[in-house]
Amino acid sequence: MNGTERQALSWGNLALSVTAVTIVGTVIVLPLLVVLREAFAAGAGVWAASVTDPDARSAVALTLGVTAVVVPLNTLFGVAAAWAIAKFRFTGRSLLLSLVDLPFAVSPVVAGLIFILLFGRHGWLGGWLDVRDVQVVFAVPGVLLATLFVTFPFVARELIPLMTEQGTEEEEAALSLGATGWQMFRRVTLPNVKWGLLYGVILCNARAMGEFGAVSVVSGHIRGETNTLPLHVEVLYNEYRFTAAFACASLLAGLAMVTLIVKTVVERQAARQTARGGEA
Amino acid sequence: MSISIDQVSKTFGAYTALDEVSLEIPSGELTALLGPSGSGKTTLLRIVAGLETADPDGRGRILFDGAPVTESPVNRRRVGFVFQHYALFRHMTVFENIAFGLRVKPRGERPLRDEIRERVHALLKLVQLEQLAQRYPSQLSGGQRQRIALARALAIQPRVLLLDEPFGALDAQVRAELRRWLRHLHDTIHVTSIFVTHDQEEALEVADRIVVMNKGRIEQTGTPDEVFQNPASEFVMKFLGDVNVFHGRVHNERPVFTGDAGDDGSVRLLVRPHDLAVLPQPGPGISIPARVYRVMTAGALVKIELLDGQNRLVQVQVPHETYRTAPLLAGQQVYLAPKESRLYGQASERLEYVI
Repeated sequence: MNGTERQALSWGNLALSVTAVTIVGTVIVLPLLVVLREAFAAGAGVWAASVTDPDARSAVALTLGVTAVVVPLNTLFGVAAAWAIAKFRFTGRSLLLSLVDLPFAVSPVVAGLIFILLFGRHGWLGGWLDVRDVQVVFAVPGVLLATLFVTFPFVARELIPLMTEQGTEEEEAALSLGATGWQMFRRVTLPNVKWGLLYGVILCNARAMGEFGAVSVVSGHIRGETNTLPLHVEVLYNEYRFTAAFACASLLAGLAMVTLIVKTVVERQAARQTARGGEA
Repeated sequence: MSISIDQVSKTFGAYTALDEVSLEIPSGELTALLGPSGSGKTTLLRIVAGLETADPDGRGRILFDGAPVTESPVNRRRVGFVFQHYALFRHMTVFENIAFGLRVKPRGERPLRDEIRERVHALLKLVQLEQLAQRYPSQLSGGQRQRIALARALAIQPRVLLLDEPFGALDAQVRAELRRWLRHLHDTIHVTSIFVTHDQEEALEVADRIVVMNKGRIEQTGTPDEVFQNPASEFVMKFLGDVNVFHGRVHNERPVFTGDAGDDGSVRLLVRPHDLAVLPQPGPGISIPARVYRVMTAGALVKIELLDGQNRLVQVQVPHETYRTAPLLAGQQVYLAPKESRLYGQASERLEYVI
């Protein structure tokens, strides 16, 4: 009786496992392999030529540049917002919380359109900017703003639950021991959320490099100027230059893999820290 | 360092946590703030520490040795604060936790590395946990954590030591042990200390003086003996130890507690379980008829549970020797004669009565 039950259970387990592997295989592994296969379909030489093409290089540079600006800024905003929301009670707190979530709720394309509406030539601030010869939309600042908007919630969202759960007692203890506000933040608050923060930064980074929708609307697809790597892939694909498109896509996939590896290392470190005594 | 609390009020929205509280804490004493939850005791402690600010009504002041500290923020007040849930820095070792207060001092006042090490080890010795210096808080028991928290608070040589329900999160046995240890520690270092508790036994056992609080006001201040033997109000009497309440009425200027006095009885007689004598016949003074319900002889005292005329549970404690002279049976009719008691009227005013 017992044996049959165990048998039935393991059949169930097997069925679930097969389903899971099939889904992961078709949805994640297979596309990745296809990208790599297509990228190298015409040989490594063509791949190298595609990714070192001046337009491709400019796209890579823009993507990395935008990420390098956006991630530190959103880390700063995220920490500040999470700090305020998790550790203080004030009027407008729930409004701030909703605002942090807004970029998750709004479709990226809509976010892009908002920036056109605000900063475009016929937008609210367009005239003012035009007179001063500042171009936001269809230029790098637009790409920056759109990416900033879309990736805003990642760090804050990661930190808010963590900081809320930790409460304010350790901070109060630090203050009562004579620490200044900054000493308290640097020696107590920050180390306590270190791993969560790093995790949030990694997610933010991944999204900043991969963002397509909002950036696509505001960038104007100017080759060599406002094309990020994802946009460059689209442009190439639309021009039927499949091999080149996949070669650039493989670069993005490569960046994603690096992110995943870093994330795994961070998670393992965090788990080790917790086991040693990170939790109290 | 003496502490003066002068007309301190604190309101949270419409809720009054503290209502013009004034209190003097003499230097070197261990004072307990005792009260039920919501009595304002923790709020008062946090205001003394500077973790909370009193209502800005222009009157409330906190003074250390006569000098106002109301304006100085918590990190300049040099108070040692011990939290109920320890609040140890989870990512630091025990050593680093204790050293924290020394490491964050401004460059000019900061002790040298070796001095810090010495100070930390001296404190670890004081709290008898020298072997745990390199452990993390999560690897310690609750009692150990609280002792480390105390050592950490003492590291900055605080002017006053404030403890917020320091034993509240510990189990009964550890709590009793730590209580004695805290008393002993205080006798060693003599720093002016205030600790908050809702446990009357804890306050009576540890403190030099007890401040009983209720609904944001101080009900009574005094030594453990004074508040226990001479409670200033019905609240204090009820809060400090078990008490039996008999409802009665006044008849011919004498209180009567026979069965027909209902819930609306206009007077209440408060008697502690050990101040009731159990008699087989009505005595000359107040005698309240009751039936024996249960007798528990296991323990230092014999505990007798009875039901009075209104079917309310009455608890009596008598020494074994007394009980042996007249053992009781369940269901037996007896009479209760209070040896020590207090009579309170409808508005909780104390009434004198002659028997």
